[in-house]
Formats: sequence, C-alpha cells, structure tokens
Amino acid sequence: MKERYSTASKVLTAVFIVISLVWIIPIIAVLVNSFKTNAAVNLNAFALPNAETFTGWANYVKGMTFGNYPFWKSVGFSLFITLVSTGLILICTSMAAWYISRVGSTVTKIVYYLCIFSMVVPFQMVMFTLSSTADTLKLNTPWTIPIIYLGFGAGLAVFMFTGFVRSIPLEIEEAAAIDGSGPLHTYFTVVLPMLKPTMVSVGVLEIMWVWNDYLLPYLVLDRTKYMTIPIHIQYLKGSYGSVDLGATMALIMLSIVPVVIFYLTCQKHIIKGVAAGAVKG
Amino acid sequence: MKKKTDSASLSSELIRRPIRRCFPIFLLPTFICFCIGFLWPFIQGIYLSFCNFNTPKDAVWVGASNYVKAFKDASFVHAFWNTAAFAVVSIVLINVLAFAIAYALTQRMRGSNLFRTVFFMPNLIGGVVLGYIWSMIFDAILKRYGTYLTANATYGFWGLVILVAWQQIGYMMIIYIAGLQAVPGEMVEAARIDGANGRQTLFRVIIPNVMPSITICTFLTLTNSFKMFDQNMALTGGAPSVMMNGAKVNMTELLALNIYSTYNINKNWHGVAQAKAVVFFVLVAALAIAQLVATRNKEVQQ
Repeated sequence: MKERYSTASKVLTAVFIVISLVWIIPIIAVLVNSFKTNAAVNLNAFALPNAETFTGWANYVKGMTFGNYPFWKSVGFSLFITLVSTGLILICTSMAAWYISRVGSTVTKIVYYLCIFSMVVPFQMVMFTLSSTADTLKLNTPWTIPIIYLGFGAGLAVFMFTGFVRSIPLEIEEAAAIDGSGPLHTYFTVVLPMLKPTMVSVGVLEIMWVWNDYLLPYLVLDRTKYMTIPIHIQYLKGSYGSVDLGATMALIMLSIVPVVIFYLTCQKHIIKGVAAGAVKG
Repeated sequence: MKKKTDSASLSSELIRRPIRRCFPIFLLPTFICFCIGFLWPFIQGIYLSFCNFNTPKDAVWVGASNYVKAFKDASFVHAFWNTAAFAVVSIVLINVLAFAIAYALTQRMRGSNLFRTVFFMPNLIGGVVLGYIWSMIFDAILKRYGTYLTANATYGFWGLVILVAWQQIGYMMIIYIAGLQAVPGEMVEAARIDGANGRQTLFRVIIPNVMPSITICTFLTLTNSFKMFDQNMALTGGAPSVMMNGAKVNMTELLALNIYSTYNINKNWHGVAQAKAVVFFVLVAALAIAQLVATRNKEVQQ
C-alpha cells in the first residue's frame, strides 16, 4: 500500500493539508467564537476562550430566544419550505416534462421555450412584481410559498427532466399502453422509476437553492409572522452594534450543522447533481 | 435535437393521444404556477419600468424617463463598473485556482477525496451566512492594523473577491475534475512517449481537451458575479458611501444590490429601480446567450 505513493505525491498531500486550512479555519473560528462573550469576540476573534471569556452554552441559549422571534420557529419554517417546495417541484415539473416531450405540440413547444427563457432572467427583474402578485393572491405564507418556488424554479427543472425523458426509449411506454395502462398509471409505474437519477440531481440543486435563499422569502413572506434561517440571521445583524456577536455566531453554527450533516451523508449525489446541472445549465 | 422530437412524437401516436387528454393533470399545475411565479411578474415588470408607481395599482405611464434617470444615476454607473471589475477579477482568480486544484487532485495522491469534500463545503452554506462569517474574520484581521472592513472601498472589494473565491473554487473544481477525468489516458501517455515534458503535456494535450469545462466554468463565474447579491449585502451592504454629483454612491455596491437599494430608499424611484432591473436583465441575458453560442460552436467542432 505504502509504495503506491511517491515522495512527490506525499509533498503534494502536505501542501494540500496547508491549503485546506484556509477552508477550515473560518468555520472553526465561528465555532470557537460561539462560546465566547460578545466583548471577547470584538477584542480578538482569533483568540481561544479562557476562563473569563468562556460562556459555555449561554450564547446558544441566548441566540435561540433572542428578540421576539424564537430561532426554532425559523428552523421549522426553513425545513418545511425547503422540503415541500422541492417535493412539489420534483413531482410537478417531471410530469410536465414528460407531457412536453411526449405530446410535442405547438403549445408544449412554447411552454418549453418559455421555461428555457426563464432560466436567464435574474431574480431582480421580477422581485417587486412577484412580491406584489404574491400579496394579491395571498400566497405570502410558508404554506403557500412552495407555489412561488415551483413557478420561479420550474425553468431549470423542466429543462433537466425534458433532456432526460427524451433519452428514454418509447418502446417501454408503448408496451405499457398496449397492455392497457393509462397515462397516469404509466407515468407512476414505468416512467417515474426511470427518472430517479435525474430526480436526485434536480432535488439536490433545489434543496441547496431554497434552503439558502434569502431575498425571495424575505420579499414574499409576511415578515412579522414568518422567518426563515437566512432572514433570521440577517434580522439579528441588521441592528448592528447592539447585536451580540457571540450569540450570532452560535446561530450561524446552528444553521451550518444541519447543512454539513446533509452534505456528508449525501455527498456523492450532491457532487453528481452539481456536475450534471453545470453541464446543462 | 428538433428532428429527434418530431420523429419520436410521430411514432408514438399510440401513447401520445391518451397523454394529451391528461393536460390538466400533467402540465396545467406547473404552467399556472409558472405564470404566477414568473410570466406575469416578468410582463408586469417590463410595463412598470415605463411607469411611476408606488404599488402596481397606481402606476402612471411616463415613457422612457425612468431609463434616462437610471443611466444618469451615478450610483448605477458606479455599480456597473464595480460589477464588471469584480467579474473580471473573480473569473480569472476562481478559474485558475480551481483548475490548478482539480489538476493536482486528479493526480495519484493520498487524501484526494477528503480535500474535494473540504473545498466544496462552502457551497452548501448560504450567501448571507457566508457574508457574516467573513465580515467577522476580515474585521478581526484589519483590527490589528487599526482599521475595519467598511472603512475603505478597496477592502470591501477584495474582501468580496476572497469570499466568492473561497465559496466557488470548490464548485468549479468539481466541474474541472469531471472534465479532466474524461481526457483519454492513452492520449496523455502517447504525448509522454513522444517526449513531451509535463508542461507541454498540460498546455498542448490536457487543456485543449478540457476546453468545454473551461467554457462552462468561465460563464458560470461570469453570470454568478453579475447576479451576486446575498454576499454583497451581508459583507459590506455597499458601505462606505460618498457623495458624487449630489447623489449618494455606495462604493462597494454591485448591480443587483444597487437595484434593491434604489427601490427601498425612495418611493418616487420605484419605477427607476424597475427600469434598472430591465437593463440588468438584458445584460445578464446577453451574457447567457453569448455562452450558448460559444458552447454550440465548441460542440460543432467536436
């Protein structure tokens, strides 16, 4: 085993250990500062906590209950919005993509090109009108915001699914049709299982987008009642000066931990999804 | 591509007709949401860019005057050049470093997978959170020199470059690794046998073969830099600001943040903010179309 690595490769590994410190130290700094008093973070963010400045879990407790909006509520809304939006996008856009590529009429072509067009439109172009539309239609709650995510995120998802559906041989579905299977039955028992790898890729991209999205929920949701994690952290920092840096770092740590766990468990799919999305997007 | 669809739909009349009847189940839900979440706001946005409005209901048509105001606005012009400079610097920095890291990590090396995991990780963290992590770190470093991040626009600019490079190098690295792994091993070996040294192999054999990845990554970093918002807002929020020709100009503001702050600062400028957004959209769309053309040309060559 040992002979397989030359001296040059060992040197390279050593160099990369040093480089990766640049990626690890900021996260470690957040972790360390989340256990320090506000004054200690302000004085020297790189110092380790000592007996005087160590706060234990106090920052976490304070961060969870800071202000008039508890952090766990934001976590709950973030989780709900991410899961429901991603689920809705996966089901609806894969069905739409199948319809588009199997029917192939003028209408479906127009819808398809509109979807591609929506991929190049930056969010700033629609943000004011989208938030007023959402207000008018009473879509400004966490329970209904998945509809907005489906609408604004449909472009990429339809594009990726259509690309894959076109590569599925028709014979399989024809055989199912001859056996008397209706479109809905064919879709859920024959097509959907074949779509799984693309589902994972699209799902990963959507989860990464929705979970970290700040501006869309900030503009669409009724902020006095509903917050997500990015909104909550921005809200805390917005009142600059009066804010407790130690508690903010504790909240940032709390928001990173689930993401890191998700990353480490689904790493393979995430990296595959990114590579697939990049080639097509 | 088009030919393929036509022949496919012709041969599948058997499955095509029943599916067509299921329009309300398959296509309609997505299409309605698409109209609510994209199509209608987009059309209304174009219309409102020619109006004075506070809410869409009280819009009054004013013609192109919003566009004139937008182009005369010193903060918008500054944000444009700032974005362009930021895009150029981050494209070069991110792509060179990401390619170098990908190249090193595809060599036989201990811990290569672990390093990939570490470098990609920041992409899972949202822009707002990243901005706050780095503003704490930059402030801590600059404090030793008796200054702080928002004291000087140069600090803010390079701070954002470092943040974005730190975040996106891992993403581009993944794409470069996929490209490098697709280079046929025999080709590299043949070059070595013919007496090419390491540098010649890299520049004459490997780089020409990963050109598609280079195109993708260049345009991804380009559009990412132009659309940059969260990181910009969380890191400096545009500070510091100076007065220029009687208008307040935020020195570290990029285009997306400029549009957002224009809308929030003044109720009479909602129309101007929307006009800026249309200009911004045209700019981003033009870049995306350029990408499409470049990628198509590459595909033809192969």
